[in-house]
Formats: sequence, structure tokens, C-alpha cells
Amino acid sequence: MMKFLARRLLSGVVLVFVISSMTFVLMRMTGTDVARNIAGATATTQQVAAKKAELGLDRPVVVQYWDWLTAAVRGDFGRSWFSGDTVISSLTDKLPVTLSIVLGGLLLSAVASVLLGVAAAVRGGLLDRGVQLLAVIGFALPSFLVALILALFVAVKWGWLPATGYTPFAVSPSSWFESIILPSVSLAVGAIAATAQQVRGAMVDVLRKDYIRTLRSRGLSRRSVLFKHALRNAAPAALTVLGLQFIGLVGGAVVVEKVFGLTGIGSAANTAASNGDSPLLMGVVVVMVTLVVVVNLLLDVAQGWLNPKVRVG
Amino acid sequence: MTLPMPDPAAATAGEPGTALVPRRDRILRRLLKDPTAVVCLSILALIALACAAAPLLTSHDPHTSNLADALAPPSGSHPLGGDGVGRDVLSRLLYGGRTSLLGTALATAIAVVIGVPTGLVAGYFRGWFDGLAGWVANLVMSIPAIILLLVVLGTVGQSTYLAMAVFGVLMAPGVFRLVRGSVNAVREELYVDAARVSGLSDARIIRRHVLPVVQAPVIIQAAQLFGIGILIQSGLEFLGLGSTAEASWGSMLNDAFGNIYTKEQLLLWPGLAIALTVAASGLLANALTDVLVGGSAARPKRRRGVATATAVGSGVAGTTGGAGAAGGAGAAGVAKTAGSSGSSGSSGSSGSSRSTEGAEGAGGAGAARAARTVEAAVSTGAEGTARTVGAVGTTRATGSAGVAGTAGTAGSEGPATGADAPAGDTGETADTGEAADTGEAADTGEDESARPRFREDAAQGEGQPQPPLTPAADAPALPPALAPAPADAPAPAPHSGAPVGDELLVVRDLRVSYGSTAVVDGVSLAVRRGEVLGLVGESGSGKSQTAFAVLGLLPPEAQVTVGALSFGGTELSASGAEAGHGILGRRIAYVPQEPMSNLDPSFRIGTQLVEPMRRHLGLSRAEARKKALALLDRVGIADPARVYAAYPHQVSGGMAQRVLIAVAVSCDPDLLIADEPTTALDVTVQAEVLDLMRSLQKERDMGMVLVTHDFGVVADICDRVAVMQTGRIVESAPAADLFADPRHPYTRMLLASTLEDSEPRGPLTAPAVSEGVDA
Repeated sequence: MMKFLARRLLSGVVLVFVISSMTFVLMRMTGTDVARNIAGATATTQQVAAKKAELGLDRPVVVQYWDWLTAAVRGDFGRSWFSGDTVISSLTDKLPVTLSIVLGGLLLSAVASVLLGVAAAVRGGLLDRGVQLLAVIGFALPSFLVALILALFVAVKWGWLPATGYTPFAVSPSSWFESIILPSVSLAVGAIAATAQQVRGAMVDVLRKDYIRTLRSRGLSRRSVLFKHALRNAAPAALTVLGLQFIGLVGGAVVVEKVFGLTGIGSAANTAASNGDSPLLMGVVVVMVTLVVVVNLLLDVAQGWLNPKVRVG
Repeated sequence: MTLPMPDPAAATAGEPGTALVPRRDRILRRLLKDPTAVVCLSILALIALACAAAPLLTSHDPHTSNLADALAPPSGSHPLGGDGVGRDVLSRLLYGGRTSLLGTALATAIAVVIGVPTGLVAGYFRGWFDGLAGWVANLVMSIPAIILLLVVLGTVGQSTYLAMAVFGVLMAPGVFRLVRGSVNAVREELYVDAARVSGLSDARIIRRHVLPVVQAPVIIQAAQLFGIGILIQSGLEFLGLGSTAEASWGSMLNDAFGNIYTKEQLLLWPGLAIALTVAASGLLANALTDVLVGGSAARPKRRRGVATATAVGSGVAGTTGGAGAAGGAGAAGVAKTAGSSGSSGSSGSSGSSRSTEGAEGAGGAGAARAARTVEAAVSTGAEGTARTVGAVGTTRATGSAGVAGTAGTAGSEGPATGADAPAGDTGETADTGEAADTGEAADTGEDESARPRFREDAAQGEGQPQPPLTPAADAPALPPALAPAPADAPAPAPHSGAPVGDELLVVRDLRVSYGSTAVVDGVSLAVRRGEVLGLVGESGSGKSQTAFAVLGLLPPEAQVTVGALSFGGTELSASGAEAGHGILGRRIAYVPQEPMSNLDPSFRIGTQLVEPMRRHLGLSRAEARKKALALLDRVGIADPARVYAAYPHQVSGGMAQRVLIAVAVSCDPDLLIADEPTTALDVTVQAEVLDLMRSLQKERDMGMVLVTHDFGVVADICDRVAVMQTGRIVESAPAADLFADPRHPYTRMLLASTLEDSEPRGPLTAPAVSEGVDA
């Protein structure tokens, strides 16, 4: 198990490295003249050249990359070319926003898909069809469209929840909760649809197993057979899907943050990408990929805990 | 599609691999019969057509803005109104659809073009490329696509098609994995081995055998990817990325978002277009799954292919003549008639081996499978079941050959008739057996858990009632000659006297049916405290169904009625012991057939052992643990502490069965219902487990219902025997009486094929077992 986790951790580190390198190269290889953008349209050629030198853009790409990498490993991601803030400080401001909605969405997906999936598998009939229908709808509606619809009705029309903005937890836990409900739900709808379907399938399979019948023959409570034994055996399949869905969740945050006017990592990614703000974008990419790696690693741990063959064997 | 379709001629050429692939016209025809598919295809076609014909449908330019029309309501000149800067919504919707659909088609095509060849190579040749490609695929799959697209668009420039091309690359790993998985699976198939051994080139094997298998999943995934592509693309354009020069559904949503406070209706059309397109692609993928690989269509076809080959195998065996034919026929109908080798008495073993030869002679995949099936049958035989089941095989074969009456009445004449009767009609017999049995067997054989599951089916085949099994068992096997026999009511039968008074379990007129098929048809029985009742019969006779009905553990689709069901004086409902009363698990316990599949793989053995005791006896954790360790010791496990802490996959089958017995007796039940508790075990372990059950039963004075097809087990342990045939008890008697004086022709036939008209016990185990082993 430890060996397995170590390998996953290593491949996670490799992933962060490869993607950040790719991003860096892409940013530098392309034609957009960032120095000109920053210096402004009225700047003279000399001024632009000076800016270029200041940012180190006149040096070979390899040297620039090496500088970035050695600094990044020490935790120094430089300063944003546009705002002048350190990347670390502007990201630490933004990270809680994104973490709240993304982890909120993950939690919601996990709980809702288990409940719906189990119910559909056990009850069948109308409920089952409902879950199947939800799967199609959830697949067909992009998260930002769900976000738009929710924002329109729940926030704008009915005024039940705030349409935009984020309240930090430390300021007011209840306002914080209100401010992340809609974004989290928007993100989760697709993941719920996919995962509930998976839970349903896995539960149907498991419930057909001989050992479930044997457990029932022992007069154990229905709840114990369903949620302790059957669900535990169905969980690995669901976790795998949830891990994949989380990647989509992180991506979806970029769009959903825009709808709800949240200044999180996603909106930072958007502005940094359109400005060509290399240091900030690099920081964003590293943070997002790390988030994906960490959550998937946690899901791996959960997987090992659930499946004795991975853990012991 | 860019994929080569399989040569239709190949399907008829009898190559088993290609025979599985539905032909193109048939796919289309089947697809057109599926209402979902038709609706989805129509929607997609309609949207595509409308976008293609945009200039005909609207005279407006999607880019010309006219500030007077900003946020204009629907009108004659603007059927859907104007957007935030006064552009015509309808024309933007139609022209935008072009961008969205073409971009997504590009992404899908790129994903397929990259994914399929790499997947083929990685799956077929494996080696270093497989490792590398798998690693890269994992890497790419863990990138949040939209982030990378942001980077690309932010730096390379705003081009929708570029973005979608990159997205195609990002989706390629999904296709790669799918193809690689399918190729890997088909590579293990025997017919691919056969093709390789017979010297076909890799290219030919890939074209003939591998591509056809890969094709269906790729088409399905392409449909899904198309939907996902639309989502991602509209997401990007919603963010304001992608080319601003061109209209698209995503950019329309962006505009609508900007005007959400003033004119939210703008969300409707692009939202609807996106949702419809994506839903139609997704549902189309589902429908394709049903048509191409899913249950109803392709599966039976596959079974048929295999089954036919098997029938050929047994046909060949049949022509080799004589009693061997019976063996061959049995082997064709393997699943239930396992070990029919033994059935034809002395010639049994040769019959079995001959059928193997025949199967191989027929060549091809199905035949190879048949050979494997015969092996399985023989191995079951080796476990000492050959005698009884063999007899059953003979009966069934006879019945289906249309000479049921004769065989039934002539049953008392012994094995000769049973073996001879079907010889002439082997072909037909095999046919009957084939659809239900071999299909089933082949199907299970494809599962990961092939062996153990298969054995269960082969030995018994009635744990999970399979619709095809029952008719086969029902229709032919109830010969008219037997019908008048006192089947229903045990009362009038001479032996049936279950003494009134101290019954533990009383069942009267139990009926179980699935749809219109009755599997238990008016069974009545009684068990007293300390008494062991053997429930004997061929596979499909309903004995396990009877046991599960009493336990209340039948699947929900079973319809159960019962005249009376009482346990220890308590009346139970038709839903059996499970319906509360604190009886199930506490006073009635169950020992299953297949030890390994009856322990929950995710929990330690100790946990599973302790659970019922804590619930029913209210023991503390420590007390329960102490008692569990003592129980493990009692059932003959040498190192209780180790097994207590072990997971099911860490112990042997015999040990697992001891654990299951320990759990069953842990709450001191009054009645034990054991469903073929030794069938799945090795011969030596069988005897030990049977000994253990007998001693536990004596020691605790438990009543016991022992479901078995093994008269050896009956003679060993049972006080009374009830013989079941096609859902009825045809004879019920004290064990000794039954062996000494079987009354019912069916019982006689079962016994005769086993005993060869000698005294009850002596020769019962030894010769038959050794026959099975020889075979």
C-alpha cells in the first residue's frame, strides 16, 4: 500500500512538473508581445525593450525556465507582471474561494450520488427512471448553464441566495455557506449525474452477489446489509469515477466563478491567460494541478482502505 | 466513420470471431427500430441541417449589429428577437451552430484518429509502447482540460478550431484506453490464439478479429465525446475565448449573461441548442450501446455462435456411436448435466472423453470452448456427483428426444435404457440442451470468475433461476407416465408419513414461480427437531428454490405462495423467514454452496463472524470475539486467531466453508438449511465438512434441511429423504426405506443409475468417484 501511494505521489509530482513546463514553453514560444502589453500602446520601442529586459524576456527560454523552476521549487513563484503582487499572496487570497466551491461540489456529489444511486438500485421503478433521466440531463447541461439558470432564478428572481460574491468563512460562517451553495451545486450537477449512475450500476451488481444473500440469511438489518456491506463493495467503482469527475470540477470552477462573480483561482486563470501574465498563470496551473493530484491521492487512500486486496495483498 | 468495416463475407465464412459482429445493414436496421435512437438521430440531423442551411433560413448576417434592434422582442423580421448589441438571434443561432458542430466534429475526429491506432498497437503488441502510452494517457487525463485550453488560447491566439483540435488531443487518451482495453480482452480469446497458431499475420488478425471488436465501443464513445466537445467549446466561448469574429452558441450565452438582468430570455435558445445536442449525443451513445454490445441484441447472438459449435462437437461424439453418445449429449448440455459421463454406467467415462475429441474436431472457438466445458463437467464428476447428476442428464436427454414415456416407465430397467434411448437422437438432444445450458456456461466462462461460478452453474444451475433453464427442465422432463404419480400431496404416498406433533418446520403447498414458469409447484414438507431431511433431485427440480423460499431469500421477481408455513409453532408469511420474527439468522441458519463467493470480500472474517452474534445475542465486542474464536476452533480451524483477522481472499475454500458453517451455528439455531454445502469443495475436504456438519447437528440437536443431488451424502447423513422432480416432491421416506424400497419410478431411476442394483451403501461412493476421476 505504501509503495502504491509512493508511486502515485511520484507520478503526481511528475504531472505537476510536466504540465508547468508545457505551460511555460507555450507562453514563451508564442508571438504575443507581453512587454508591449504591459508598457502600454504609447510606450516607445526603448521603453518596451527596457521592460523586456526587466522581465528577463530577452534571455534564452531555457535560462528563463531554469530560473522559474529553481525559484518555484523554493516556493517563490515571482510577481504578477500586471498587478505587481507576489503570485503567492494573490493566490493565497483566491485559493479559499475556489477550494470552498470545488470541495463543496465534491462533497455534494459524493453524498448525493450515493443516496440517489443506492435508492435507484434498491427501489427500482420510478425512482430508478428518475435517476437515469437525471443522468442524461446532468450530462447535457454544462455547469455554467446550470449556474446561469440557478443565478437567474434562485438569486435574481427569487432572491433566496446571493447572486454574486464570496464571504470568507472567518467573517461569517452562515454567509460563507450561503455564498458557496449555488456555485457548488452548479459544479456538482454533472458529477452527481455521472457518479450516481456508477453507484447504481455497482450496487445492482453487488446486490446480486451470493454473499449479500448470505448476509441477509443471518438476519442482519437491511440498513447494515445495504450501507455497510453492499455499499462498501460498490464504493471503489464510484470513487474511481468521482476522481475523474473532480478533474472536471476544477475546470468547471473557471467558468462558474465567472457567473457568480467570484475572485478565485479560476477567474485568475482566465485573466492571466488573456493578459499573458506568465508568472500568475504558471502559479495558477501549478495550484490547480496540485489540487487534482492531492484529491486523487486522497481518493486512492480511500480506495485502499475500502479494498483489502489493495491494502493487504 | 473512418474505421474499416468488417468484411460481411467473413461472417458467413464461419470464422467465429467475425461471426459475432453484426453486419452494417443490420446495425442500422436495429438502430432504426430503437425509438430513442431514432429520436436522437432525427434531432441531431435536424440541427445539423438547419445550421448547414442557415443562409436559406435567415436573411440576417450573424455579425451585423443594429443598435435599434438591441434586445428587441421577437418580431416578423427577427423571429427570435435581437441580442444585446442588436444582432439577430436566429441567425446567430444557426451560424453559431456551424462553428460549434464543426469544431466538435474536429475534436472528436482527432481523438479517434490518435486514440484508435495507439490503442490497437498498445493492446495488441504491448511491450514498451504500451507502458509509455499508458503513462502518457494517465498524465493527459489528469489535466483539467479547460485550464490547458485557456493557456493555449491565451497564448497562441483566439481560434475556436485550434482550441477544439487541442481538446481532441486531450480526449484521445479516453479513446486510447477504451481501444486498448477491448484489444486486450479479445487478445485473450481462444479464437485469436487459434488464428495466431495457424499462422495468420498480425495485420490480418487485427483486421479480421480485433478491429470488429473495437469498432462498436469506439462508435459509442465518439457519440459521447461529441456531446462533451460541445460542452467544453461552449464553456470556452462563454468565457470570451475562441474567435470573437464568429458566432457560436457559447458566445451567445456570454451575451445573454451580460444581459441577464434585463433580458434573461436570451439564455433560452443557445442553452436549448446546447442541451439538446448534448443530450441527443449522449442518448444516442446509450442506444448504440444497446444495439451494438448491450444485452438484448448482440449477447444472444454471441451465445448462439458458441452453442452451435458445441452442438457440432456433440454431434460428432454422437456418431462415434453407442452409449458414448449419451455422454456427448450430456456434454453439450453441460451446465446442468455435468458429469453425465458417469450416467451410462460403465461406458460413461469413454463417452465423455469422446465428446471432447469430437469437440476439438469441429475446430474453432466454440469447439475449444466446448472442450473446456467438458473438462469442467468431468471435474464436477470427479467430485463424486457423477452418479446422480449423470442420471439426470440421461433423463433430460431422453425426455427431449421425445420418448419420455418409455424412459419414464422403463426407468426401473436400469442404466441401459437411459443410455441407449437418446443415442439415435443425439443431435436433437444437443439442440435442446444447447440454448439454455451451453449458452449459459459460455457466458459465465467469459467472466473473470469463470471457474468457480461456472462450477456452481454446472453442478446445480438453479441458485439464480435462469429463465431458459426452467422451460428446458419443465417441458420435456415431465413425462405423461409420471404425471399421475402422487406428486403433490405427501399424505397419500406410502412413505410420506411425517409424524404429526413436534415439527420444527412445516411447509404446506409451497409454490414459487417466475412469470408463468413454476419452479416449485406445491411442495409440502416437515422437519422435526434433530432430524435431517435430505432434499434430493436433479438440477432445476426446485430444491434450492424451495430452500430459499423457506428462508425468504428468493429474488424479488419470484412469486411465492404458500398454504402454510410455520416454524416452531410460529406462522410465517409467504415471504418466509426473512419477514422479521427474529427467526432468520437466529433460529434458522443457512449454509451456502460456494464458500468463496459467500463471504463479503471487503470485511475481515472476524467481523463477519461477530456481526450476527452481536445483533441476535446482544454480546459485547469482547464476548463475541471470544465466542467466535471458540467457534473457529470448533469447526476445525487450526489457527483461529489468524483466520479471525484474515480477509476472505486469504483463506482456502475449505476453510471458508468452515467459517460459513461457524457463522451459521453461531447463534445456536434450531434449524440449519444447507444448500449443497459440499459440492464446491475438493473430495477430501467434502468428507471432512460433512463430518463436521453431522457432528454439529448431533451435538446441538438441530433440525437440518440438506439440499443435495448426491445420494452418497444422503446415505451418510440424512434421516429422511424427499425426492424432487420438476418442482414437486415425488417421494418422501425415511432414508433407509428409500434406499431399500424406492417406490416412485423417478426415484428408482435416480438410484438405479447410481447403485447398479446392489445394496444401498457399500459401492455407492467408491466406484462412481473413481470413474469420474478416470474420465
